Amino acid sequence: MKTAKYLAATALTVAGLGANGAAADDLTLCWAAWDPANALVELSKEFEAQSGHSMTFEFVPWPNFADRMLNELNSGGKLCDLLIGDSQWIGGGAENGHYVKLNDFFDKEGISMDDFAPATVYAYSTWPKGTPNYYALPAMGDANGWFYRRDWFENPDIQAAYKEATGQDLREPESQREMLQIAQFFQGREIDGQTRYGAAIFTERGSEGITMGATGALYAWGFKYENTPGKYDMEGAVNSPEAVEGLEFYKEFYKTATPPGYTDSYMEQGLDAFKSGQVAMAMNWFAFFPGLYADPNTGGDKIGFFVNPPQNQAASTLGGQGISVVSYSDKQDAALEYIKWFAQPDVQAKWWALGGYSAHNSVLNDPGFKDSAPFAADFLEAMGAVQDFWQEPAYAELLIAMQKRLHDYVVADVGTAQEALDKLIEDWTETFEDEGKL
Amino acid sequence: MTDNPIERAATATPPRLARRIKGLSDRAIAWIFVAPTIFLLLAVNIFPLIWTINLSFTNFRANRPNREVDYVGLRNYERILTDSDIWLTMQATAHFLFWTIFFQVLIGFTLAWLINRKFKGNDLWTTIIVLPMMLSPAVVGNFWTFLYQPQIGLFNYVVSFFTGVDPSSFEMIGSVNLAPWSIVIVDTWMWTPFVMLICLAGLRSIPDYIYEAAAIDRASRWRQFWTITVPMVLPFLMLAVLFRGIENFKMFDLVVQLTGGGPGSVTELTSINLKREAFEKWRTGYASAYAIILFVTVFGLASVYVKALNKVKER
Repeated sequence: MKTAKYLAATALTVAGLGANGAAADDLTLCWAAWDPANALVELSKEFEAQSGHSMTFEFVPWPNFADRMLNELNSGGKLCDLLIGDSQWIGGGAENGHYVKLNDFFDKEGISMDDFAPATVYAYSTWPKGTPNYYALPAMGDANGWFYRRDWFENPDIQAAYKEATGQDLREPESQREMLQIAQFFQGREIDGQTRYGAAIFTERGSEGITMGATGALYAWGFKYENTPGKYDMEGAVNSPEAVEGLEFYKEFYKTATPPGYTDSYMEQGLDAFKSGQVAMAMNWFAFFPGLYADPNTGGDKIGFFVNPPQNQAASTLGGQGISVVSYSDKQDAALEYIKWFAQPDVQAKWWALGGYSAHNSVLNDPGFKDSAPFAADFLEAMGAVQDFWQEPAYAELLIAMQKRLHDYVVADVGTAQEALDKLIEDWTETFEDEGKL
Repeated sequence: MTDNPIERAATATPPRLARRIKGLSDRAIAWIFVAPTIFLLLAVNIFPLIWTINLSFTNFRANRPNREVDYVGLRNYERILTDSDIWLTMQATAHFLFWTIFFQVLIGFTLAWLINRKFKGNDLWTTIIVLPMMLSPAVVGNFWTFLYQPQIGLFNYVVSFFTGVDPSSFEMIGSVNLAPWSIVIVDTWMWTPFVMLICLAGLRSIPDYIYEAAAIDRASRWRQFWTITVPMVLPFLMLAVLFRGIENFKMFDLVVQLTGGGPGSVTELTSINLKREAFEKWRTGYASAYAIILFVTVFGLASVYVKALNKVKER
């Protein structure tokens, strides 16, 4: 009798599922393991409740993220249904058929790219660049910014010492040169009985660190990838006098204003250096700023934020990602459902509230946005002047070459800045020749 | 059942297998048994090797399976052999190889010689000494990065204690001059016990009566060492050098964890460079040519070395 009851119950359950229409799927979303990913887990609970689908998350630490995910895509893996991939992957994702083209879906669902910040649509969604061919929805706006020890900057004794040393007031730097001067002032200085250092910058060799850090200076000086966009004519752009000067500046920064042993450092090491009170300033992605502000020891009143200072021009290195549907997924309909849900203005507002950086105009253009967080205004300013690395299908090869040339010059003292950039053009030329683009 | 052991043995021996499997000769049955192994060898070793040689003449990229593959002749080989950056990685590998083997042989043999003396706690010391080689290279690389940390690292403080140099004044991993030595030190720390064990086996294989005969002939301890100990341990030592040479030529995990190939490219060994070409840049054809060049180099050197080893053994 019991068995009959169980069978009846099972039959009813199956019938019930059938009556609901499409069966619920278990979607896997892949991204990097960092603070915003936790916010997305929280946000996605609402999607699970509304849709009946369940979500599984595959978060990979940043140093291994590109390797892991690109291998997954290249092997046609079905691990990820949705992928929040780095902006530079869009070319490869589109040309190699890893990402589903979303134009028809956007048209059908009334999702307009005009509703998102133009810089993010250009960087995270389009391939070829700037054309209305969309392979991702802007998911997480980001740029490389700076934060500093506000309590030290506002300390009258330190302010007086700085004035005496430089003749200027200690303030948030308004140029790259001023930022270096401040960092050099703090370098080796005794504060509260401990030796402090200038700033934590990116010097990591293995993935993308030193490129993401150095381009903060290079872009501000006027570095360009090409003279004419799309022509791959790099001579005179990549190794322009301004680019050489910018690279020399970054090396000087590294040599004179960073903690000892800071030869292979990226996001985590920079955060550690700041939170442990080693440095007065640090560069890092805006994505970490909510967590830094909430830190009980070095956050709150003790921390301040500023956008990457200009030199010859205002410029910030672009971070951030778009969300794409993986073409090898068997659950594309459910994955598209997630994107439709994620694109809604009220979901985007919650995304920002939870610590994610929405790229939706309804959030960014809200009159209260600038005051919604101490770094919100800086974020808007940064996103107005972002520049990104190559987004070509051969981006990994191009990035590895730049990592090598920059690390060789900046950290290992090999050659001059001019030679480093000249060799970089040789490397990139070889790559583009192999690609049939030159 | 008979009690005669000879009869018992005769009945225990099965009739020839061929008689039981009709129509198959013993040779055919032997092939049946060997075939799986030969098939595995062909599938796992020979076919990939031939396939790699084939790929090395193409511009194939594993991440673009749909792209047209062109045969480029010897272009990949020419590019590799004329690339100054690759020669720098070869130099870095040669430096690492030479000095790790030099120190491991020197220290390993000394330790083996000391451990071979009969003293109290001999076994305990042997166990303690071999501990490093039981650890994972990735773990060793990781914790040595902390030991080398200029501000809090134990290594810098130990050096400072003995030399009086300020501990934060030098960076083992960050300095272009010291980084190649930093990987040599860690590999030596980890693998000297391996050389020690092989040397110890060699030392213990020398019969005591040879030393006793030499003592009767009034040979000094020094003379005994050079004319008995060294020649008799030499084949073992050469074997250890061969093992460590092959292992260190393909060294990857420990150095990646320790320096990531930096600063710049001063510790970028060939295996790290090859991995970048093959699985980060996805230049599969180019990387195949690179692998073939390394294979020929190691195979050639190892063949010459094994011949020398055999000659030493024959003496």
